[in-house]
Amino acid sequence: MLTLKINGKSHNVDADPDMPLLWALRDLLGMNGTKFGCGVALCGACTVHLDGSPRRACVMPVSAAIGHSITTIEAISATPIGKKVQQAWLDLEVIQCGYCQSGQIMAAAALLETIPAPTDTDIDEALSGNICRCGTYPRIREAIKRAAQARAERGG
Amino acid sequence: MGLVSRREILFAGAAAGGGLLIGWHLDARAGPRAATKVAPPVFAPNAFIRIGRDGRVTMIVGQVEMGQGVDTSMPMLLAEELEVGLDQVQVEHAPPDDKLYGLPGFGFQVTGASTSVRLLYEPLRKAGAAARSMLVTAAAQTWNVDAASCSVQKGVVSHPPTGRKLAYGALVDKAARLPVPTEVALKDPKDFTLIGTPAKRLDTPAKVDGTAVYGVDVRLPGMKIATVAASPVVGGKLISVDDSKAKAIKGVRQVVRLDDAVAVVADDMWAATRGLKALVIQWDDGPNGTISIDDVVAGLEAASLTPGVVVRNEGDAPAAVASAPNKLESVYEAPFLAHATMEPINCTVHVRPDRCEVWTGSQVLSRAQAVAAKSVGLPLSKVVVHNHYLGGGFGRRLEVDFVLQAVRIARRVHGPVKVIWTREEDIQHDVYRPYYYDRMTAALDARGQPLAWTHRIVGPSIFARWAPPVFKNGIDPDAVDGAEQLLYDIPAIRVEYVRHEEPALNNGFWRGVGVTHNTWVVESFIDELAAAAKQDPVAYRRGLLGKSPRARAVIDLAAQAAGWGDRLAAGRGRGVSLMYSGWDTYVAQVAEVEVSDAGEVRVRRIVCAVDCGTVVNPDTVKAQIEGGAIFGVSGALYGGVTLKNGRVEQSNFHDVRVLRINETPAIEVHLVRSSERPGGIGEPGTAATAPAIANAIFAATGKRIRKIPLERQLRSA
Repeated sequence: MLTLKINGKSHNVDADPDMPLLWALRDLLGMNGTKFGCGVALCGACTVHLDGSPRRACVMPVSAAIGHSITTIEAISATPIGKKVQQAWLDLEVIQCGYCQSGQIMAAAALLETIPAPTDTDIDEALSGNICRCGTYPRIREAIKRAAQARAERGG
Repeated sequence: MGLVSRREILFAGAAAGGGLLIGWHLDARAGPRAATKVAPPVFAPNAFIRIGRDGRVTMIVGQVEMGQGVDTSMPMLLAEELEVGLDQVQVEHAPPDDKLYGLPGFGFQVTGASTSVRLLYEPLRKAGAAARSMLVTAAAQTWNVDAASCSVQKGVVSHPPTGRKLAYGALVDKAARLPVPTEVALKDPKDFTLIGTPAKRLDTPAKVDGTAVYGVDVRLPGMKIATVAASPVVGGKLISVDDSKAKAIKGVRQVVRLDDAVAVVADDMWAATRGLKALVIQWDDGPNGTISIDDVVAGLEAASLTPGVVVRNEGDAPAAVASAPNKLESVYEAPFLAHATMEPINCTVHVRPDRCEVWTGSQVLSRAQAVAAKSVGLPLSKVVVHNHYLGGGFGRRLEVDFVLQAVRIARRVHGPVKVIWTREEDIQHDVYRPYYYDRMTAALDARGQPLAWTHRIVGPSIFARWAPPVFKNGIDPDAVDGAEQLLYDIPAIRVEYVRHEEPALNNGFWRGVGVTHNTWVVESFIDELAAAAKQDPVAYRRGLLGKSPRARAVIDLAAQAAGWGDRLAAGRGRGVSLMYSGWDTYVAQVAEVEVSDAGEVRVRRIVCAVDCGTVVNPDTVKAQIEGGAIFGVSGALYGGVTLKNGRVEQSNFHDVRVLRINETPAIEVHLVRSSERPGGIGEPGTAATAPAIANAIFAATGKRIRKIPLERQLRSA
């Protein structure tokens, strides 16, 4: 039995230590907001935060997450930045099919935690690992800027 | 408007006239609970609208939401005529039922081919208007006044002369007893309050917080998870499996052998994946085991030398070309393309002796139901399909191969099983956009004006398999769509279609399919004509569009917005394309590319001008064009699945390259205000893209690329 700290709560999971965090979240804990896209860290659909940093849950063994603080899309609204990112996503109608958007939002929130006013290059670097087949990239870019601006204006 | 989502899916029985409804309550996160009775609606004049005594308006959407916004646009059409606000409406998703929700002209339930708004614009408005008319009549009878003296706003009928008002909820009992009118007057578009105004999408709140449920998110009590390896060669058969190592893995429960696939059933996806890797499988590759991409192309090339079925014939184009002193001949190729929907292919099935339940995301619900029923040998009434949000469709989920496969696996499993394909399985067992091969010729007069145009399209017929009645007189209407309607004013035109079925890969619809392929060919070749005539590509096209004012208008708008003719830095070029097809939408696109010395192509800017007739939700139209263009850039620059020894050579996003945010151009979409009939919008953005890029590469480099993927071709040119 392993203990994982996810979204502020401790969870005991009966997982093989090599099991990727993605499947522990989805199949063992029923937290389905984190998505399976490629299984090899090429698409970013499974992006979560480990101690605030974006990580690909599909290639991260649960054993590597023990003792760290894991945040998933289900709880990103609890952070001021996460909430602003989600609101910007809604305001700019970023989403189409939506499947990759958990990962996009997690990547964007992590970016804004470290760089409050990202440039286009910062956005490219932070988000280029997240594929969207619907082609919402231009709106993702604008929404990140909107969220950054919202924080600058209203704090958080 | 609250979106009920999959948590409350209602299965309407005989909904017309407010017949009995069988309620089904599904909690998306906890899995389905026992069926519970839901109060029958008081007023259900048709399959799309129910109103209760509490005034609650429920709209049932027969189209499936895969990102294109039907969960919002379809209710807008109903609400406009019903005279309710979107904020008063709840949305439900329809069950499989061709009789109630079959798409006009198709006769069955399908979401695809850019049809939803185009084909349901009138039917749904009429459904809304019929309901409104009955409610108004009920009010007028209550007050003993002329219905024509009543008015409606936001679900409240009023009688202005006396100031009386009644909300819909108070009228439903009386309205339900009235006959459903067969003829109803629709609103004058100038009175629209919803159609044409930007409405917030209703599906998005659940998609920002991780609560939206896609097929792959289904969880059921006792559910197992399986992953599968189908024969790596189409038509191959399983010879043997050594599963001793797989069965030793903790969590692996069962290995299911089908004649063409093996599945490992486990407690979780991790165990299933490891189990699958541990199998030692022997396949009989069958007749396709030696086929490689060159064989496919050679077959197409040979077929291209045979005459095709004539699709359009004006004048004697072949003779005109043969005798012309100034002629052009070109061959264009468009490769196999994988869909790579972000949500990997999946389907959950629970087979019991007397019933079968299916949970998935499908663009063809009734087909999913039918294929399951046939496989388990039960009547349709015993097969329930729960459809979920689609994590991308793009035509892939117009197929039910994965539903059938999951049912076949589930028949051998006790309890529910969720079958998930790995990304590798998805890339290698897709239903690919066909490889197309096109022969073009044209004759020019001394001034460079075209005298004749011939276009021979060579490729398989998707419709002959997918909807055989549509394949008529040797013509697949999709394969020739976008070529047949050539808008340019040319004295002699001949368009032919050579049906050539390709071996070794299954083929199907891929965002735009025929039009995406034909627009690439037609708009590249007209660009060749302009270059041969030493004329500006925009001016040349304009000069041939005297009879097509809408086409000319979008070209003018795109050219102006893009700064056509403005100077560009060295290594940059602009290209233009025009798209028109059976979708009845006009798109002009200007792409601006930058080509590095190493031959790397970056698309820097895309400007689209769109005339899709009447617009329902303008922001959705823009989003579809933006996303469609990006889908098109991926396909044009990098697309191209290949095969060797019958096996697909690509496997994941490292070799199925798709556009990423850092490679994405700035995109502008300009909509033409129009009161024409609505055209399709899901695919036109994709279709217009490849030729605009290829033409821009020509402008930047002087190199004409006639084969996709453009970047690889440019580097070898």
